[in-house]
Amino acid sequence: MSLSISLSVNGVAREVALDDPRVTLLDLLRERLDLTGTKKGCDRGQCGACTVLLDGRRINACLALAASCDGAAVLTIEGLAQGDTLHPVQAAFIAHDGLQCGFCTPGQIMSAVGLLREAQTGDDPERVREAMSGNLCRCGAYAGITEAILDAQRQLAAPDHAEAA
Amino acid sequence: MNYIIPQSELKVVGTRPVRPDGVDKVTGRATFGADMTLAGMIWGKMLRSPHAHARIVAIDTSRALALPGVRAVVTAADFPDIASEEAFVGEGPMNFRDLSRNCLARDKVLYEGHAVAAVAAASQSVAEAALDLIDVTYEVLPHVIDVEAAMAAGAPILHEDMFTVGIEPKPTKPSNIAKRVAFAKGDAEAGFREADVIVEGRYTTQPVHQAYIEPHACLAQVAADGQAHIYSSTQGQFMVRAYCAKVLGWEIADIRSYPMEIGGGFGGKTLVYLEPVALALARKAGRPVKMVMTREEVFRASGPTSGAVIEVKIGARRDGSIVAAREVLKYQAGAFAGSPIGPGCMCGFAMYDLPNVDVVGYDVVSNRPKVAAYRAPGAPITSFAVESAMDDLARKLKIDPLALREMNGARDGSKTHYGVTHRDIGFLATLEAARSHPHYSAPLKPGQGRGVACGFWFNIGGESSGAVHVNEDGSISVVSGNPDIGGSRASMAMMAAEVLGVPIEHVRPIVGDTASIGFSHLTGGSRVTFATGMAVTQAAERVVDQLKQRAAQIWEIPAEAVEWKDGKAYPAGLNAGAFEPLSLAQIALKAGRTGGPISSEVTLNAQGAGPGFGCHICDVEVDSETGHVKILRYTAVQDVGKAIHPSYVEGQIQGGAAQGIGWALNEEYIYDKDGKMENAGFLDYRVPVASDLPLIEAVMVEVPNPRHPFGVRGVGEVPIVPPMAAVANAIRAATGLRMPDLPISPPKLRAALDAASGAKAA
Repeated sequence: MSLSISLSVNGVAREVALDDPRVTLLDLLRERLDLTGTKKGCDRGQCGACTVLLDGRRINACLALAASCDGAAVLTIEGLAQGDTLHPVQAAFIAHDGLQCGFCTPGQIMSAVGLLREAQTGDDPERVREAMSGNLCRCGAYAGITEAILDAQRQLAAPDHAEAA
Repeated sequence: MNYIIPQSELKVVGTRPVRPDGVDKVTGRATFGADMTLAGMIWGKMLRSPHAHARIVAIDTSRALALPGVRAVVTAADFPDIASEEAFVGEGPMNFRDLSRNCLARDKVLYEGHAVAAVAAASQSVAEAALDLIDVTYEVLPHVIDVEAAMAAGAPILHEDMFTVGIEPKPTKPSNIAKRVAFAKGDAEAGFREADVIVEGRYTTQPVHQAYIEPHACLAQVAADGQAHIYSSTQGQFMVRAYCAKVLGWEIADIRSYPMEIGGGFGGKTLVYLEPVALALARKAGRPVKMVMTREEVFRASGPTSGAVIEVKIGARRDGSIVAAREVLKYQAGAFAGSPIGPGCMCGFAMYDLPNVDVVGYDVVSNRPKVAAYRAPGAPITSFAVESAMDDLARKLKIDPLALREMNGARDGSKTHYGVTHRDIGFLATLEAARSHPHYSAPLKPGQGRGVACGFWFNIGGESSGAVHVNEDGSISVVSGNPDIGGSRASMAMMAAEVLGVPIEHVRPIVGDTASIGFSHLTGGSRVTFATGMAVTQAAERVVDQLKQRAAQIWEIPAEAVEWKDGKAYPAGLNAGAFEPLSLAQIALKAGRTGGPISSEVTLNAQGAGPGFGCHICDVEVDSETGHVKILRYTAVQDVGKAIHPSYVEGQIQGGAAQGIGWALNEEYIYDKDGKMENAGFLDYRVPVASDLPLIEAVMVEVPNPRHPFGVRGVGEVPIVPPMAAVANAIRAATGLRMPDLPISPPKLRAALDAASGAKAA
């Protein structure tokens, strides 16, 4: 049985015929749309490496059925930069060493972008850490990640970035 | 040449340029093990044992092979049955028979999750369906999980041909004790008789997993003529090539191994699990085969580090001078011999100058996954015990714990109990930096406690290759044979840029595959910035010599009359002639007309790695209701020799400390009575998350290692050694309780607090 879905991925309309209704959004992105930037660390929603934005909200792509994303807009790490210009969160992760091996990084960054849109933490590092605790980093780059998010938040709040936020 | 000079005279080394791997990693472009695809690729999956210990009576693959879409099935019968042969590779010994039998079980399965057979099929779902159609007949055997139970008489024996090595006379009965090792210095018995104060303790630690977020992954391709390509997430492309060749019985030259970007290794990717199996499947199927472990497989079937039982006894005079020390260590190896018992026996007391030492260690097999290296293998376990005992000793003597360590600390000329004499070490400087750090004297609130603990790691050198190529446009390519797990691309590029006198932006570091660069030992032992850095530095120096020669040729003067400074050739003095300086780019442009490409590859076996020492300070607060420990403040001081890129070094120190805190408070393998792991997932095996940790402050002490051109010491492993004892000592200070069993998880600590208050009430 084939199931056809249409969704927007990084602003591009995609039509996908699913031969198996059990395919997750993560496998759809990685195996069928060649978007391997989204990582599979556990496939159980426990590590956060597959975090993407679904209609603007951060989710674990491994826990979402692709079929349930019909009509939705998905934003992955590949769709974040504007051409050669990095998103402020991406640039801040580099500037503050918010990564080592880089495997959890796409998930961390997408989670951070979602977090900043939620606008719940203010400039309290404790609340940022709490809100980022679904994204594991075994290299232990948490200090840099927290600094990067707070810095990106400041930059996005600046007048010249107001529309990007 | 030697570049151990003041920081003010260095232009690149010691600064913090933008990381060369940054953009790829923040845009999702970095290609990790599972991200690679090849045309016609199919999927491989592994069938694993449901039993902790069982004899394989029969394997019938016919039903699986008949499933449409299945291209190949392999079992141990498809591999040569190789003889027991031990080689020393990377950080420890490797027995290739054991390695082969760990990749695919032969005769017996030795732990739950042990690989039994593998299939390759057109899709992941077909491959999974095929696994259910492989019929394995098992004869279940009694199993043993606990290390001391495995040592006891009458325990189920894993290997009928294992007789304890290191015991005289040679035992006649097989045992789960693979090896007994012993180190002695002076006369410990006599030493203890001189002691005014003695502390003793028995400590246990649980196996913990490296828990890299990227599961093991590889992609294998084998052509009809046997030429093979293997792309994998590994700490050593040359290791993958050699191990696969050994396990498959192929020639090394027939395999080309490509290291992909690695999503964490921490020692756990220093051996092969999937690669030989994927190659065998690819050969049989005639198609490229990708294999990726699930998280469950990573926990159940790839190596954690040992759990252990350690007994420690330390005796001192009333003034604090230690007169004798004794340690007995029992390390779990998992299903095959080879726990890090050797380093375990050495590292605990390596930091101290002790007259009398007696250490005995046992390497013990049991029905658990074979252990793999994990950051300073063996050292954190032994140091948890010794540094806890040192804290007890300081309390008993009423001496400041850092003062006690300073008094007994190893210094230049101190001879260790394993025979090595320390030279050019920075332990005392590290202790001094910890003692004078504001954290150490900051006030604590009631209910809070502060602990300190130290750690040591040898660091290693070894065989490495590094190449520096001057490209036609004057840009520079630096190629190394070591996967970058801690920032080595940055440090290689920076050392080359410093020697060449060019801006770092013009230097592009690359990790080569096995056909692109000379042999290099794997990335481990904190060896790369030291050993491979030495090769790259020498290659850059040879390139400078060539650049001077080319300039001399262009100017038609002798090469000795050319000087290289700030990336340009200058005539050396007035007698050499009056020439405008030639930049590297100008010389590169004329390379074809002055003798051809300018490049150099240096291969070497680096000796003289400098050991590293760390001292950590930890403040905690304990919730007496729940037993939860909150880390309030954490400072990690370490002698790093010379920080090439300080941000990466700080990252290594913070990361090691974070992992050690997880080891101390939460991480453990939990087994049921059938020998099955109960917590093979991140929900139940809890690694530290962002909200668990405070800002970990990394303090770098730089006592240069004179045997490296820039003074480098390895830095990546030392920081995981002190945390367990630092945390336990802080808990001791906060609660009065000595917690000798890891992890100090909330239920365990609450039970101890309840018992203590009950005892007080009664």
